[in-house]
Amino acid sequence: MSYIPTTDAERQRMLAEIGVKSVDDLFAEIPSAARLRQPLNLPAGCSEAEVFSHLKTLAAQNADLDTYACFMGGGVYDHLIPAALTDIVSRNEFVTAYTPYQPEVSQGVLQSIYEFQSLICLLTQMDVANASVYDGASACAEAALLACNQTRRGTILMAEGLHPEYRAVVQTYLEQQDLKTVIVPMQNGTINIEALSDLLTSEVAGVIVQHPNFFGNLEAVYDIGKAVHAAGAIYIACVDPISLGVLAPPGAYDADIAVGDGQSLGNQPSFGGPSFGFMAVKEALLRRLPGRIAGETIDHSGRRGFVLTLQTREQHIRRERAASNICTNQALNALCATVYLSLLGKQGLAAVANQCLQKAHYAQKQLCALPGWRAAFSQASFYQEFTLECDHDIDAVNQRLLEHKIIGGLPLARFDQRYANLALFCVTEARTRSEIDRLVDVLRTL
Amino acid sequence: MITREVPLIFTAGAPGRTGYMPPASDVQEESVDTLIPAAYLRDEAPPLPELSELEVVRHFINLSRLNHAVDVGFYPLGSCTMKYNPKVNEAAAALPGFARIHPYQPEESVQGALAMMWHLGRYLCEISGLHAASLQPAAGAQGELAGLMVIKAYHEAQGAGQQRREVIVPDSAHGTNPASAAMCGYKVITVPSDSQGGMDLEALQAAVGPATAGLMLTNPNTLGLFDANIVEIARIVHEAGGLLYYDGANANAILGISRPGEMGFDVVHFNLHKTFSTPHGGGGPGAGPIVVCKELEPFLPVPVVVKKADDTYALDYDRPQSVGRVRSFYGNFGVLVRAYTYIRRLGPDGLKQVSETAVLHANYLLSKLKPYFDLPYDRVCMHEFVLSGKRQKAKGVRTLDIAKRMLDFGIHAPTVYFPLIVDEALMIEPTETETLETLDAFVEVMTTIAREVEENPEVVKEAPHHTPVGRLDETRAARQPNLRWRPS
Repeated sequence: MSYIPTTDAERQRMLAEIGVKSVDDLFAEIPSAARLRQPLNLPAGCSEAEVFSHLKTLAAQNADLDTYACFMGGGVYDHLIPAALTDIVSRNEFVTAYTPYQPEVSQGVLQSIYEFQSLICLLTQMDVANASVYDGASACAEAALLACNQTRRGTILMAEGLHPEYRAVVQTYLEQQDLKTVIVPMQNGTINIEALSDLLTSEVAGVIVQHPNFFGNLEAVYDIGKAVHAAGAIYIACVDPISLGVLAPPGAYDADIAVGDGQSLGNQPSFGGPSFGFMAVKEALLRRLPGRIAGETIDHSGRRGFVLTLQTREQHIRRERAASNICTNQALNALCATVYLSLLGKQGLAAVANQCLQKAHYAQKQLCALPGWRAAFSQASFYQEFTLECDHDIDAVNQRLLEHKIIGGLPLARFDQRYANLALFCVTEARTRSEIDRLVDVLRTL
Repeated sequence: MITREVPLIFTAGAPGRTGYMPPASDVQEESVDTLIPAAYLRDEAPPLPELSELEVVRHFINLSRLNHAVDVGFYPLGSCTMKYNPKVNEAAAALPGFARIHPYQPEESVQGALAMMWHLGRYLCEISGLHAASLQPAAGAQGELAGLMVIKAYHEAQGAGQQRREVIVPDSAHGTNPASAAMCGYKVITVPSDSQGGMDLEALQAAVGPATAGLMLTNPNTLGLFDANIVEIARIVHEAGGLLYYDGANANAILGISRPGEMGFDVVHFNLHKTFSTPHGGGGPGAGPIVVCKELEPFLPVPVVVKKADDTYALDYDRPQSVGRVRSFYGNFGVLVRAYTYIRRLGPDGLKQVSETAVLHANYLLSKLKPYFDLPYDRVCMHEFVLSGKRQKAKGVRTLDIAKRMLDFGIHAPTVYFPLIVDEALMIEPTETETLETLDAFVEVMTTIAREVEENPEVVKEAPHHTPVGRLDETRAARQPNLRWRPS
């Protein structure tokens, strides 16, 4: 076995040093009732070449986005990934390092986390960010728990326009602690602000609003913020980080917590994971922020260095009184974001965000001109995603598109029967005009 | 190492530079404010760095050179299982058919991905001796939370949700155990360890009762010792009506040798980034799948990958007793691909050899180091063991100093000051992938440091001397938090 270097002779030498006859003697303390008497019933091991060939066969059964033009979003986006990024984040010194518990030999990881925190703050216009959580959904859940702890109130309002899976995760997390979640309904594709005002009682700890929302539409984030704060609740904005190249940041509309999923920042779609969740807060909430945080300090001779800090918030110190149970996070995915934002920089991010906006509007206009297709929410402004209502069976349409090497819009019926006949389309900078035109042509022939 | 301080990325570059641009847009460009109302637009572009591609590459490559990593040197970090991360796993995960698929594609266009997940779930059932798996949890701690939710849902379905409000954890437990239990709404009851480092049966017997929802246990425990009373422990908890949760952090000791199912556990989580060789990435991503017994299957998070009568695979959402979702989509899929590759590569014989060798290596190091350090529990260990720096502390040198001194020799320090029940703890896990030469070199370093403590303690107390930075002031970092760069 090439991963295990120990030879028979070496094994004997080690056994002699230990003072036992066989490796089996080392397991003598395991009671016989707990011993496995037969080999594990698993496929026999095989060579690297054989295993890789098997994996290639499995991978070939999937329609990949190199071969198919993807118009699906809904939380995972097909953006272009710079070659330099893929190269940098494959560096073994990043990939095979552990959590930086010994800062003197982990300055690369720690400085990159500090830079990540800084970049997230610059993008969101918030004061402080953590080193990442699992995904956008758990970022929402952690933010909701933070809001409940901070306000000592027990209800979280979630806009219907928050990703249905994020809503589901928030609900799963909160109900464990007997905290309540309530959905604020949508009207014409955006939050019903009157319903929000009615629901904003003194029991409400926080309100989560996604912007642009799950249906692609821009929410009235300034008015929502005023209403939320008037009720003494915490304002949680869930945002697409790339959209912040053109859209006003959460800090501008006075959000208390900015969260989101970072897949779009240089991470592959990878069937939905791994990506990472980010969390940034106003200074006043810093001590309640979950997860790891890197900070700058100095060594004995005054040289700058970075460490994990404010660890008394965390599980390994505080145990059952910790801000969260999170330990392992999504460091390498957060590194992808740090490298992505560094490569694109000020101009690149603005260019990508603008192209998503432009191409999505170009596509939406063409698609809405087709018979049987129309905008589901005609009054709303959108960024890179838009919802269409369709007279055809959307699943059947998508089957047809697959034959043309196209992954069509996301059928929203999978989340709620109320959304039957709705499809959510996404157009990023990675789609070309000819791909958009091809989509339109195929749909025209239905 | 030649490189020392790397300037912050924000202080490098020059206005007007960029390291990457998308291709020029090929659609008719509209004025942005005709598409988006002006109030929603950003006033000023965020002040992101402006560097050329080469500048960015150098910045991060130079940063990477400041890290210790498994591919750089020995990493005996206890409880973290820093084994070699095989490169074929990376190659498999990077295949476009895995890396470049969308989670909402029609199921018939992702059959290979679903088949892989279904089989991985089956393999984890076989390895744990349990019945059904969820691959959704993104890390061990999220697996703990999901597993406890399943236990809670089970008690609620039995009508005992209101009574069973307590989760028992031993005092040697990982911090995530009590933190997860609290997050799941449980009261945490801590039970002491006995003189052998195992669970104190009398204390356990006294702690269980009608309020017990479950017990969380790591076996081998965080001292690296197998709790031989495990079957009795399971009986006590089950008789009280509670369930048993297995923290799989230490599963590298038991593959093909002993299964949580036969030990009496009802729920298990595995850390694929420990036992199943997926890389740690500087702190993540991991994956923390859970496996449960038959009675608990209805409560698993949705969706679950199922195999249909026609041998195709699907995502099953129709599970009315499910706890719900714990993560978006289906988990850290890319990590699952790597773990699947590893299991297929090793097979049953290879996996057993992993645990046998991990345990052999740990006992070899234990035997060699015993004369030089205090050993609070002198027993055969499993895949790791815990020494105490008590003897050195008497000379004025703390475990932290010893850990820092090890860095000077190009070795990552063991886990220190954990478990909490050992004074000045040093928790050492060599793993199965290290050579005898490396183990012997480690012994040499440890004995050298032990000698330095006697003869020249200052060199240890002032360590590290040969790292990119010296010992960092953590108190200052916490008292005067500087957590981000700000534009001047």
